[in-house]
Amino acid sequence: MSILIDKNTKVITQGITGSTGMFHTKGALDYGTQMVGGVTPGKGGTNVDITLEDGSVVSLPVFNTVQEAKEATGATASVIYVPPAFAADSIMEAVDAELDLVICITEGIPVLDMVKVDRFMDGKNTVLIGPNCPGVITPGECKIGIMPGYIHMPGHVGVVSRSGTLTYEAVHQLTTRGIGQSSAVGIGGDPVKGSEFIDILKRFNEDPQTHAVIMIGEIGGTAEEDAAEWVAANMTKPVVGFIGGVTAPPGKRMGHAGAIISGGKGTAKEKIAKLESCGIKVAPTPAEMGSTLVSVLEERGILNLCTTH
Amino acid sequence: MNIHEYQGKEVLKQYGVTVPNGKVAYTVDEAVAAAEALGSPVTVVKAQIHAGGRGKAGGVKVAKSTEEVRAYASEILGKVLVTHQTGPEGKEVKRLLIEEGCDIRKEYYVGVVVDRATGRVVMMASEEGGTEIEEVAEATPEKIFKEVVDPAIGLQVFQARKLAYSINIPNELVNKAVKFMLALYKAFVEKDCSIAEINPLVVTGDGNVIALDAKLNFDSNALFRHKDIQELRDLDEEDEKEIEASKYDLSYIALDGNIGCMVNGAGLAMATMDIIKYYGGDPANFLDVGGGATTEKVTEAFKIILSDAKVAGIFVNIFGGIMRCDVIANGVVEAAKQLGLTKPLVVRLEGTNVELGKRILGESGLNIVPADSMADGAQKIVALVK
Repeated sequence: MSILIDKNTKVITQGITGSTGMFHTKGALDYGTQMVGGVTPGKGGTNVDITLEDGSVVSLPVFNTVQEAKEATGATASVIYVPPAFAADSIMEAVDAELDLVICITEGIPVLDMVKVDRFMDGKNTVLIGPNCPGVITPGECKIGIMPGYIHMPGHVGVVSRSGTLTYEAVHQLTTRGIGQSSAVGIGGDPVKGSEFIDILKRFNEDPQTHAVIMIGEIGGTAEEDAAEWVAANMTKPVVGFIGGVTAPPGKRMGHAGAIISGGKGTAKEKIAKLESCGIKVAPTPAEMGSTLVSVLEERGILNLCTTH
Repeated sequence: MNIHEYQGKEVLKQYGVTVPNGKVAYTVDEAVAAAEALGSPVTVVKAQIHAGGRGKAGGVKVAKSTEEVRAYASEILGKVLVTHQTGPEGKEVKRLLIEEGCDIRKEYYVGVVVDRATGRVVMMASEEGGTEIEEVAEATPEKIFKEVVDPAIGLQVFQARKLAYSINIPNELVNKAVKFMLALYKAFVEKDCSIAEINPLVVTGDGNVIALDAKLNFDSNALFRHKDIQELRDLDEEDEKEIEASKYDLSYIALDGNIGCMVNGAGLAMATMDIIKYYGGDPANFLDVGGGATTEKVTEAFKIILSDAKVAGIFVNIFGGIMRCDVIANGVVEAAKQLGLTKPLVVRLEGTNVELGKRILGESGLNIVPADSMADGAQKIVALVK
């Protein structure tokens, strides 16, 4: 089991004919993801041929609209590699087509465009992950996004993060210890986005195959604090955390649009204190995310359950 | 992106927000000419820098004659203002706003922001004008009133009216305040602002509602659709190294320490600064080279790091996912050779082709210290610069 995606998930790529879309569609196919087609307005009716690492060629149909692509392929999920000026429109098109899951990788979408998207999604059932995120992976089954697949290993620890490279770092630290992952979800570094920590933690809590979770946050906003309170009140599984940006100066945007301490709010110090007061053990450095999780699994007596021997 | 107060007021004026008459001046003579053209009995001479707290630092003066305008302009132009937002090094004043004075009856606060928790634009108002809103929020949060805006229909008249009554705008001026707020919201949305703060908004003796100060910030992700706003960028107000970095699509922020950092990914870059600090060092910068780190990008990144005289050593921390470690290693070696790097360099590589990457570094003949992990690398660079 896993969350959001598994080996049966059928996926289309929005922006499939662009170089980024093509590159990562190939990566997903190499990993074994069921990529079933793509969307590029104006290129409907054509096919893209993708040569995989094993030499075989996959030919995917291209459609003008998400609706057509969904009807023709039975896709339930889409991944978006559309340039930032047009990405919000692509998200709304996928939501309008009633896909179950939309993952937007694009970085640099204007925040007021995301405010509109957020409003458009009111009352809709589609789950949005991102934007400005690495995507979602269920190791050994399905990879949707730009993460390196080979560092992952199937298992029982869920990972949720605002940062791409820190997700890889955490996953790598787990895999090298023989601890596999149920799913790893990058929710993205933008201030206004689809799923938040709580949405993903809820899913991990309900997933019988997930036994523990690593939550990786950073400066800016209060999503980590909200999540910590939710964990204290609802989570039945251990959660360990890491918060990036203890040394970040106030008022400066640290790469991610959402990583900024404004008006003295959203500091790493506040977040770490809140997580710890809610029973979430916080790794003192990014190098110790894996070892911190191991220590908690040992305390709970479930290290064996989470380790592949 | 930040702009100056006088530029913000010009933008707001286009939307019908009432602002005092005024003009920008780069020299003392221009300041005097501007004051003469305004012809008002009282003239305000305001320093234009991208930081708040100018009044307290002596950057805002009220002049009652052209002689006084001349004296204040000479005093403020070229002066280095140190405010709570400039840092201890302060900022040199290169532009002045010469503005007509007005008869202030009372000061208020109105601000517009994107609220992350609701994912909506929120307008805030308070009767505590002139004070920093963060201080009001801390001491008397009940004095801040908020209206969440539905982006489908925009700020409604009733919402602006509620805010105006809540902060006790005089009855006869409520309609003017409502118009002011609607115009401010329109400017915020149409120009893709990230912050619009009017502090203070004032009501005057002659019955006007005026933006006495204006702070506008813009969403840099949306600048592509606002050529007019891009032109307002003042490079004098930005860090030279940050400007250089942005040309190469590198995300760089200068800090005070002596360990230069080069990392891929914003989260990892921030965490790398943290781990250096944890082991007793001080990071000199935040630098994210992004996913596609080419030799050219790595070289430019090294140049920018080394242009900071404080840097005593460099820590490269790369998690090569899609990006292969051998490509990055070649980039690092090439850049170090080109620049004749003599300062200690610690490189931690992890990910695809890591063994090949390490071999390239080892066989380069350069004095590159390899690290096995992020913690190992941080400890090594901290020891080397001590």
